[in-house]
Amino acid sequence: MAQNGTIENGLSPGGMPPIPQPAKVPEIAHTQIFINNEWHKSINGKTFQAVNPATGVNICDVEEADEADVDKAVEAARAAGQRGSPWRSLDVSSRGRLLHKLADLLERDRVLLATLESMDTGKPFMHAFFIDLDGSIKTLRYYAGWADKIHGKSLPVDENFVCFTKHEPVGVCGAIIPWNFPLLMFTWKIAPALCCGNTVVIKPAEQTPLTALHMGALIKEAGFPAGVVNIVPGFGPTAGAAIARHMGIDKVAFTGSTAVGQLIKEAAAKSNLKRVTLELGGKNPCIVFADSDLQLAVEEAQKGAFFNQGQACTAASRVFVQDEVYEEFVRLSTEAAKRIVAGDPLDPRTQHGPQIDQKQFDKILGLIESGKDEGAKLECGGQAQDGKGLYIQPTVFSAVKDNMRIAKEEIFGPVQCILRFKSQEEVIKRANSTQYGLAAAVFTRSVDRALNVSSALQSGTVWVNCYNALHAQTPFGGYKMSGNGRELGEYALSEYSEVKAVTIKLAEKL
Amino acid sequence: MDASERGRLLGKLADLVERDSAYLATLESLNSGKPFLTALFVDMQGTIKTLRYFAGWADKIHGITIPVDGEFFSMTRNEPIGVCGQIIPWNFPLMMMAWKLGPALSCGNTIVLKPAEQTPLTALYIAALIKEAGFPAGVVNILPGYGPTAGAAIASHHAIDKVAFTGSTEVGKLIQEAAGKSNLKRVTLELGGKSPNIIFADADLDLAVEQAHQGVFFNSGQCCTAGSRIFVQDSIYEEFVRRSVERATKRIMGSPFDPTTEQGPQISEEQQQRIMELVQSGVREGAKLECGGKVCPGKGYYVEPTVFSNVTDNMRIAKEEIFGPVQQILRFSTVEEVIARANDTEYGLAAAVFTTDINKAMTVSTALQAGTVWINCYNALSCQSPFGGFKMSGNGRELGEIGLREYSEVKTITMKMMGKNS
Repeated sequence: MAQNGTIENGLSPGGMPPIPQPAKVPEIAHTQIFINNEWHKSINGKTFQAVNPATGVNICDVEEADEADVDKAVEAARAAGQRGSPWRSLDVSSRGRLLHKLADLLERDRVLLATLESMDTGKPFMHAFFIDLDGSIKTLRYYAGWADKIHGKSLPVDENFVCFTKHEPVGVCGAIIPWNFPLLMFTWKIAPALCCGNTVVIKPAEQTPLTALHMGALIKEAGFPAGVVNIVPGFGPTAGAAIARHMGIDKVAFTGSTAVGQLIKEAAAKSNLKRVTLELGGKNPCIVFADSDLQLAVEEAQKGAFFNQGQACTAASRVFVQDEVYEEFVRLSTEAAKRIVAGDPLDPRTQHGPQIDQKQFDKILGLIESGKDEGAKLECGGQAQDGKGLYIQPTVFSAVKDNMRIAKEEIFGPVQCILRFKSQEEVIKRANSTQYGLAAAVFTRSVDRALNVSSALQSGTVWVNCYNALHAQTPFGGYKMSGNGRELGEYALSEYSEVKAVTIKLAEKL
Repeated sequence: MDASERGRLLGKLADLVERDSAYLATLESLNSGKPFLTALFVDMQGTIKTLRYFAGWADKIHGITIPVDGEFFSMTRNEPIGVCGQIIPWNFPLMMMAWKLGPALSCGNTIVLKPAEQTPLTALYIAALIKEAGFPAGVVNILPGYGPTAGAAIASHHAIDKVAFTGSTEVGKLIQEAAGKSNLKRVTLELGGKSPNIIFADADLDLAVEQAHQGVFFNSGQCCTAGSRIFVQDSIYEEFVRRSVERATKRIMGSPFDPTTEQGPQISEEQQQRIMELVQSGVREGAKLECGGKVCPGKGYYVEPTVFSNVTDNMRIAKEEIFGPVQQILRFSTVEEVIARANDTEYGLAAAVFTTDINKAMTVSTALQAGTVWINCYNALSCQSPFGGFKMSGNGRELGEIGLREYSEVKTITMKMMGKNS
């Protein structure tokens, strides 16, 4: 009998299958720009390299999209989304069928996609298989179910009118996604967009184009009409900027750094006031009270800090621990961090892989040095892994103060910062004094404390006695400068719909 | 079980029904007499789509959080009601089963379902598919049997939390009574109708004639939505009658397995006789029998497509649900008059308006006391839209998002908070 999420988790109903093995990938099948369900070379002939950060080896060359390619993609997306087009004439329940079919194809190609993702990002294959692929499949299926349930309203207005709303597609949606969860971020963008009847021009990160391009092949195989999804691998300042300022794009959704998010919003305003949603950075407080289950708090805080080599917008990068349990928490966390197994991402025992590239690697080490310089106490780690390219040791700092750089700036690396606090009111203030506001966590056994603190935190997601508990059904997004708008859940639908109110005057006499 | 997993199981059931749709359509046709091609293209499609639609709702059944007065935090949960008894009819056995299973399972309930005694076969086959899909044991239980015994046992059972019934108004009243007398189980009812189909002079006449024809003759007239009172405006009345009779005389009766057959038999001899009794009352009370009016000789419970014109509101054929291939055509003059006459019934399931004028369309559709109003179409049913009756055509709605409400029990959780901010 099927158990929770068994199919999406790659488990067959009959019992535990053998541990999944990475695929042997002799050659990357899809390396070109995907427009109108066809593969294109770049108009100006440029290519870039997809690199494996675990080995430094070039995996393959990928066609590089620039402004001219983006123009072509937008043209295709516009045509595919016109009134009367196959996509717009389709029963909305059929859109849902197509999304389900796409999810089926991800399940079929699960091992291959997890392997590509692991090679391209350095994340452990097992994480890619069980977490990234699981989330991707579930997100597609979740939005498949919404397609024919997008309701407007009929409204009781004054005087003799019949009035109702329709929730129509916004039109052509540009999407610019990051390198930390390439495939998952791809589905978070296309699923609600397609569910609501839009067409898409999506730019995967230049560091991680491979799974996005494989999705192009699956999208075509699933039966989406040509031009509904177009994939333009390329760089931010060229292809990304072209999307943000394009006069033919009706909405842009961006996930990445706050600095670039601000540029996107500016470009959107300056061009055609395209609608903007942003999922940006965070400096997420993880608050551990003395009345918490301490072992649970240590485990969850560790996952929060080190998952994906710390390369998560939700990284638990400020761990506030109450006085009474501070020493014990630091001791347990340090021990746990030392047990993390770094290694070849394709090895099933590996828990910790390399950082994505040299730029990030240097930035993280720079911040680690600042921590040492500014007087934080280095409990473990604190340097690159010897002789292993882009690997950084899981690092724990204690005695961190709010004004240190490691307590203020997003590190995006495997660095856990532990700060001490006394009282509930104090920690709420300190947790909220940041321009970020993406996620937060509270560890406590007290009902009152859980309710009060979660209610007080200026954060789009608050976890109580857990961390990184993300679900397709629940909205996700940031307060303040961690973003605009929400993804996932029913809430995402409003970001991908344009509301039309139709008001019909009735004649007084018939 | 994760709610999304419930959805996955319902989707799997839909896949299995699709896999076996030729066999199921054959079984449905054998057991009910409906034409095989109709069973395949209408009943099967409706069944599969309904299951898929409700599969999609399973992990989207939202409660709300509420800003109450005082230092409290308040939220609702939409929980399963519990054990749902479901009693379904013989006119669309499989589709009615999907209409019941879909929302009930999507909301996390368990089910005891009684198919009609005339048509148990497809329900029992679905039971095997439910097991194959992977639903845990006991989630769906199927008991073929009769109304006065098994059906009544369900309606009066103290351990059943809700009963959903589709069938005649007469039995619906008994069900509601039994529910009240036993344990106040929640009740939803989808009952009969005497649905008005209003044709204005400015209607597209060909469209109106064909839609009115299908509206009353579909499924040998055995539809709760049958458009069995067709009101035609004065100036087009004669022409409408003439074209309707022409169409009815061309309607092909035959074996359900003949691909040219439009109309199969009635479900039983009892129904056949009941229909004939009403036809004879029509003749006696002075309606004009334009065509048909007889049973077909030979095998099977066939009744000829029958058309009455010059029907007046007080005749039995204008007031009672016939549930057979008998079309009543009545004359009207003005909008106000036809609205009043259309609403003058204890039923209120469906209605239709045929007109090219937007004002008539909007005014009349909003004035009709019917759970579904069709404009320039008939029997356009889709699982995304709610369906149910005003007045004695039923209580509650099936399908659409609203259909979920009938299968959830709302719990409010209110927690004391120390201090509160909006």
